[in-house]
Amino acid sequence: MADTPTLPNYRYVSRKRRTKEDRRFITGRGKFVADVDVPGMKHVAILPSPHPRANIRSIDASAALALPGVHYVLTGDEIAEGTNSLFHGLDLPNVKWYPLAVGMTRYAGEWVAAVVADSRYIAEDAAELIEVDYESLPAAVDSEKIIDEDQPLVHPEHGTNVLFRNTWTWGPVADDFASVPHTVSYRARWGRSSTVPIETFGVVAKWDDINEIMDVWASIQMPQYQDQIAGALRIPMNNVRVHNDVDVGGSYGVKRGIKHTVLVTYLAKKLGYPVRFIEDRLDNMSGGDAHGPDRIFDITMAFDDEGVIKSMKIRALDDVGAYPGRAPLQLGKPMTALCGPYRVNSIEYEAISVTSNKTGQVPVRGFGQSPTNFAIETGIERVAKHLGMDRVEVRARNLVRKDEFPWKIPPGSRYDSGDFHAVLDMALKSADWNALIARRDTLRAEGKLAGVGIATCLEPGGGNNIFEYLFNPKLKITTFVESVLIKVEPTGAITAVMCTTTSGQGHETLVSTIAGEELERDPDTIRVTHGDTLEALPTRSPVASRMAIVLGTATSKAAREIKDKMITIAAYDLGVDKDRIEYADGEFSVRGEPSRKLAWEEVTHIAHKQFHRMPPGHELGLQAYAVQQVPGGGQMPDENNEVPLYPCFSFQAHVPLVEIDPATGKVTVHDYFIAHDCGTAINPDIVRGMIIGGVAHGIGAALYEKFEYDGDGQLLAGTFVDYLLPSAHEIPPVADFEHCTPSPLTSLGQKGSGEGGYLGAPAAIASAVNDALAPLGIEINELPIRARDIEAAIFEKSNEN
Amino acid sequence: MSDYVEITLNVNGRDRTALVPPRVTLVDCLRDMLRLTGTHVGCEHGICGACSVLFDGEPIRSCLMFAVQAQGHEIRTVEGLAAADGGISDLQDSFWECHAMQCGYCTPGMLVASHALLEENPNPTDDDIREAISGNLCRCTGYQQIVEAVKMTARRRRETSNG
Repeated sequence: MADTPTLPNYRYVSRKRRTKEDRRFITGRGKFVADVDVPGMKHVAILPSPHPRANIRSIDASAALALPGVHYVLTGDEIAEGTNSLFHGLDLPNVKWYPLAVGMTRYAGEWVAAVVADSRYIAEDAAELIEVDYESLPAAVDSEKIIDEDQPLVHPEHGTNVLFRNTWTWGPVADDFASVPHTVSYRARWGRSSTVPIETFGVVAKWDDINEIMDVWASIQMPQYQDQIAGALRIPMNNVRVHNDVDVGGSYGVKRGIKHTVLVTYLAKKLGYPVRFIEDRLDNMSGGDAHGPDRIFDITMAFDDEGVIKSMKIRALDDVGAYPGRAPLQLGKPMTALCGPYRVNSIEYEAISVTSNKTGQVPVRGFGQSPTNFAIETGIERVAKHLGMDRVEVRARNLVRKDEFPWKIPPGSRYDSGDFHAVLDMALKSADWNALIARRDTLRAEGKLAGVGIATCLEPGGGNNIFEYLFNPKLKITTFVESVLIKVEPTGAITAVMCTTTSGQGHETLVSTIAGEELERDPDTIRVTHGDTLEALPTRSPVASRMAIVLGTATSKAAREIKDKMITIAAYDLGVDKDRIEYADGEFSVRGEPSRKLAWEEVTHIAHKQFHRMPPGHELGLQAYAVQQVPGGGQMPDENNEVPLYPCFSFQAHVPLVEIDPATGKVTVHDYFIAHDCGTAINPDIVRGMIIGGVAHGIGAALYEKFEYDGDGQLLAGTFVDYLLPSAHEIPPVADFEHCTPSPLTSLGQKGSGEGGYLGAPAAIASAVNDALAPLGIEINELPIRARDIEAAIFEKSNEN
Repeated sequence: MSDYVEITLNVNGRDRTALVPPRVTLVDCLRDMLRLTGTHVGCEHGICGACSVLFDGEPIRSCLMFAVQAQGHEIRTVEGLAAADGGISDLQDSFWECHAMQCGYCTPGMLVASHALLEENPNPTDDDIREAISGNLCRCTGYQQIVEAVKMTARRRRETSNG
């Protein structure tokens, strides 16, 4: 094993412990949005556009409205009148976005009308009775044509399909390129895949016109949700109450649901009764928040004879579909770790975001980092190939070294800590690299195609999205807070109120474990609630691998404040100075006089009930809250556009072995090894689950998953029959090995872990597949690499020969 | 309006009567009429397995069957997987112990598929388990901790019967 530093001997943190959340899930007692039953609620079904691009000449809903049980049909013209345009990350005043198409449909699947009825069944019947007269128009589909040629305009008022284009240069790129003898240029392409949770998006809304409260229950994972609902509905933000105690059935970034929510809240307010919309799978895949980055990278790397990379030029062209929302900013997050874990001296980065007649892109796990990691790793393989060097050695030569942290990369991020070489070494040893190569060669000797892959990558965690300012100067947002309130009852019972939803990350376990550790109380006895948005403190939601870092640190701070208050009370009551009080295992005792002591429950009783025993002027009750800024954040970019972005950097090395059937192109992943360092793991089972689950998600993106379009803009993968999610057959056993380099920036040394497996696996699988195909002279740098793509490449090659 | 049909199903050991339009799926009947919301809806086209229930002991997709087709049959949902004493079953306990889930949405279907496997094969190999749950998609876990939970259940049962 690698030399893991000696870690504190935690009693709950990093220990094998059952999670708090699982008990309700194993008994079928989770509360998902479709389980929310509001008396009197009506149901919505959607009519989607069959055309990628069309003018809407007229809509006739009379037959639908005549159907018994149908209450209302809403169309775009009405909701555009009654609500404000939805939020975009870029400053795009002429790109209007409403829940329903207004005048024109911009992608196949765009919602044209919404029916409200007594049941979803009746609503769907009615939707089919709506007559829409369309004038079908040619569509803009191919992102490269969009930037090079005249293509139909998706948003004519905007005047161009290019939403954003800028080049940043950090460091002496031209000089660095001139200073080394070698360059490689290559293209890497990331297909339109996504996270595709098993639960679709859903929302229930109820308007109380007497109290002027819009209650919202939703399957949501989104920063600024309530702000945007209020903004769109033109009501004050404190009229919106989002219930954060709804269990979210998976998200991994995509559960944004703002257009669904504005649609449903508008209807609830207008019609006066509760309204619910639960996407079906078809709604979800064609018109919901389904699609992820769709990106073409053109990259040149400059390096010396030793394989040391000096500089990189990256162009990323991303197709965000018809309505951009926050999607273009997914070109910004990768600035956080734009050169991966490597010591690159300068970088040029051109980011281009185009709109097209496809379903809109939404944030996906890693917010653009996984495609970028894949593109960088493809380059490392290219450098090795160019020099005839070992690809592991090239990585080792370029990785930031253990004694170099904090390490600043050209765009400004400071990698906080790590031991990349130790983790790489751990992966190689765990996989028994040489034996794995020997197995590969045995398979090859048997006539199979086989390959071993390698990828190293960083997982930035914590948020701190100041890159947004580089895309939109109106977004001067330098906080990315998360909060918790801890209170201790007179009986001694502890409750922590967190302020956002959870979609599988185990935040109740996170908060209770850390609070339990800090207060030396059993986490199983600590209740964690999800405060609704009117009660909750500031939050930016559980995105950006940030909750262990920011919510975790907030929990430590609040718990430490509770402990400090209790020590103050105990000292006063025992008649000694505060610094003479020792706290251990629920007892406050006088140092050196262990018989003089107060139990936990005595102190909590005093705090709540016995004013006469309280220190004068001390706050009654026992409560503390922490509103935690992202560590190290808060600055605006400097004049060189440099700015420290995410604070904490987890690291992984992935090693898979694959076999390819040369006749069909089918890839089988035999083995998968990953060495991983996310600092202090608060709950090892949760970390392991997210790592392995992330690897599975990455295998899907690498080999199976794509929202394929035809040349006219029709979606070809709108069901689970065409969009293939890997099953237990496709995902191999994954051997996960943990290293621990605590972060110096967080309360217990924790870093992020929710995205890591997904950030590295696509690159590792591509590396393995290309290693398998190398003997045939084939290289495929476009994901997903489906069986049919490999089969076609082999067929083409055999024709060449 | 649709005509309604009165049906009686034996759900989790109890006869339950519901008045349903003939086109209502079994999963919608279980969830919306009998308020057994542990069974989930994921795709409504028979791929994801989130709606799995036991139908006369066999795991089926309750999104692919009309409620009227279940007339007179025995249905067991996740709410009915509890141990004889009403506490969680050994399978549920192993899922918890192994953290065989994250968001919990596919979990009821996974439990149903795993329960059926262990009824049929008390000593499944890893491949047997993967085969048994291959019709149930999970997007969170990568399946491994689910496989481990099923193995743990089998092992515990062996130990109990041998002990």
